[in-house]
Amino acid sequence: MAIFLTKDSKVIVQGITGGEGSKHTARMLAAGTDVVGGVNARKAGTTVEHKDADGNTVELPVFGSVAEAIEKTGADVSVAFVPPAFTKDAVIEAIDAEIGLLVIITEGVPVQDSAEFWAYAQGKKTRIIGPNCPGIITPGEALAGITPANIAGSGPIGLVSKSGTLTYQMMFELRDYGFTTAIGIGGDPIIGTTHIDALEAFEADPDTKAIVMIGEIGGDAEEKAAAYIQAHVTKPVVGYVAGFTAPEGKTMGHAGAIVSDGAGTAQGKKEALEAAGVKVGKTPSETAALMREILKNLV
Amino acid sequence: MEYQAKELFAKHGVATTLGVVVQTADDAKAAAEQLGGVTVIKAQVKAGGRGKAGGVKIAKTPEDAFEHASNILGMEIKGLTVNRVLVTPATPPIEEYYFSFLLDRSNRSYLCIASVEGGVEIEEVAKTNPEAVRQIPIDAGTGVDEAKARAIVEEAKFPAELAEQAVTMIQALWKVFVEEDATLVEVNPLARLEGDKLEALDGKVSLDENASEVRHPHHEDFVMHEEADPLEAKAKAKGLNYVKLDGQVGIIGNGAGLVMSTLDVVAYAGEKHGNVKPANFLDIGGGASAEVMANGLDVILNDPQVKSVFVNVFGGITSCDAVANGIKGALELLGDEASKPLVVRLDGNNVEEGRAILNEFNHPLVTQVDTMDGAADKAAELANG
Repeated sequence: MAIFLTKDSKVIVQGITGGEGSKHTARMLAAGTDVVGGVNARKAGTTVEHKDADGNTVELPVFGSVAEAIEKTGADVSVAFVPPAFTKDAVIEAIDAEIGLLVIITEGVPVQDSAEFWAYAQGKKTRIIGPNCPGIITPGEALAGITPANIAGSGPIGLVSKSGTLTYQMMFELRDYGFTTAIGIGGDPIIGTTHIDALEAFEADPDTKAIVMIGEIGGDAEEKAAAYIQAHVTKPVVGYVAGFTAPEGKTMGHAGAIVSDGAGTAQGKKEALEAAGVKVGKTPSETAALMREILKNLV
Repeated sequence: MEYQAKELFAKHGVATTLGVVVQTADDAKAAAEQLGGVTVIKAQVKAGGRGKAGGVKIAKTPEDAFEHASNILGMEIKGLTVNRVLVTPATPPIEEYYFSFLLDRSNRSYLCIASVEGGVEIEEVAKTNPEAVRQIPIDAGTGVDEAKARAIVEEAKFPAELAEQAVTMIQALWKVFVEEDATLVEVNPLARLEGDKLEALDGKVSLDENASEVRHPHHEDFVMHEEADPLEAKAKAKGLNYVKLDGQVGIIGNGAGLVMSTLDVVAYAGEKHGNVKPANFLDIGGGASAEVMANGLDVILNDPQVKSVFVNVFGGITSCDAVANGIKGALELLGDEASKPLVVRLDGNNVEEGRAILNEFNHPLVTQVDTMDGAADKAAELANG
């Protein structure tokens, strides 16, 4: 079992012919993902050649629109590698085509574009992950994004994180246990799927025995997640928050990672999580050690 | 800064008085002469509380303007040096209100905050008289049209005789917010002047950097290059994502989250080593080529506060052997300029190959440590030497 993405997911790539799109289509296929095609209006009707996980050559069709791709292939997941200036249109197209899951990898999307497509997505059928995220991986089954597939295998841990490289680091630290699903939700001020959405899904997933939640400075997502954990999550959760040393008013790499007017500090987030009964590590390694303690007694 | 905000206000039809921006006391005097009458000399820095800090003064005569400008120019307000003053006609407000549009992260939408009590920081009003601060959600899909502007005026309880002017101004401010891709458009005070004229007397606009990059190249003009930290300016020119901090351990890593975490782990380790702290944030991103690594090291080694450098890379998309070759190439490129000890921690893809490359390179300045916590401890120890 897993959340949001399984071996049965049929994946298309918006921007499949671009540099990043092409590189990561190859990696997703190698990870065993059922990539069934891609979208680029200007190259509709052509195909792109890749190798699947067994090394066999596959010809993936390029469609003119997400709607056409869904109609011809039955795709239910799209991964968007589209330049920031065109991301909003690509997202709206995918929402209109009623794709089930849309993963937006693109970094640098104007935040008002994100606010607009988020408003547009309300009451519609598409779950959005990102933008500015590494995507989602269900080890051994499928990858929709750019997370390296060989860090860790399948196991009992569910992982949700704002940051890509911290996701990789934590998967690496706990690779002997493995993961049901690991989601990088993205570091932008406005994102689709939140910590809470992932926590809810992990709580409902029978194979997930414990959850790692990684946050960082900025906004109040971690505080809200803490309140949600207290009220709704029965599985053990360990947490990590990055950015204790970040100065106020400076953006730390991620567009959303900023402490403003004393709000959004790592200390405040850590305290909120601890008040909700979450064990919070001081470093990624310490966080992994806390998870090991829990798993030793559970598994 | 205020004068830049006002330029954007004027561009989109928000009633405001631009005044004259000057960088010397002589020019301030000339501006006051040109404007005539009583003027206000206002420090231009990106900080609130300028009045309290003595950065805003009334000048009755051009000589007054000269004197105030001499005092204000060069003054420090919240750590920022004042390089410019704005000279505007003194237009004493009869009443002061507050108005803003902002990005509402928490609700993934926009928010309008309006109050009939302005002129002071809105956080203060929210404490002393919360009832007077109205928060009005804005739908990011539909935005602000005339009807919405009218609803805001009513909700904020702006005086009826100013309603029409307020509706016009709110729509113009919405244009500033949307067309300039702002994350904050704030008018404080929104002033009722003599003759019941409504005017944006002071303001602040924060712009979304992503949007500026994608569709507002002219926003680059608003950046005050001479006010940036010289190392930050150098890093920016080389396309590096760098923030200068105040410590002794230089940091290079890949990925914003991992680098932020590295700073914390170093500060934590530093508690045992004379309280050394991280000297900077530097994210070299997914692809750590020799050139990017060399540029990064070059910036960090030029920071006189730096005593040791911690390179912390998790090989994800980029494999560790590529990163190791990057470090090797960078040290070869820098030659004798590289003079401070480097602690390198590599993990992830092709880690064995990466570590082998650095072992074979055997550079006297490079120490490899296998774990992030261990490497942070070593780097802190070396910085405390």
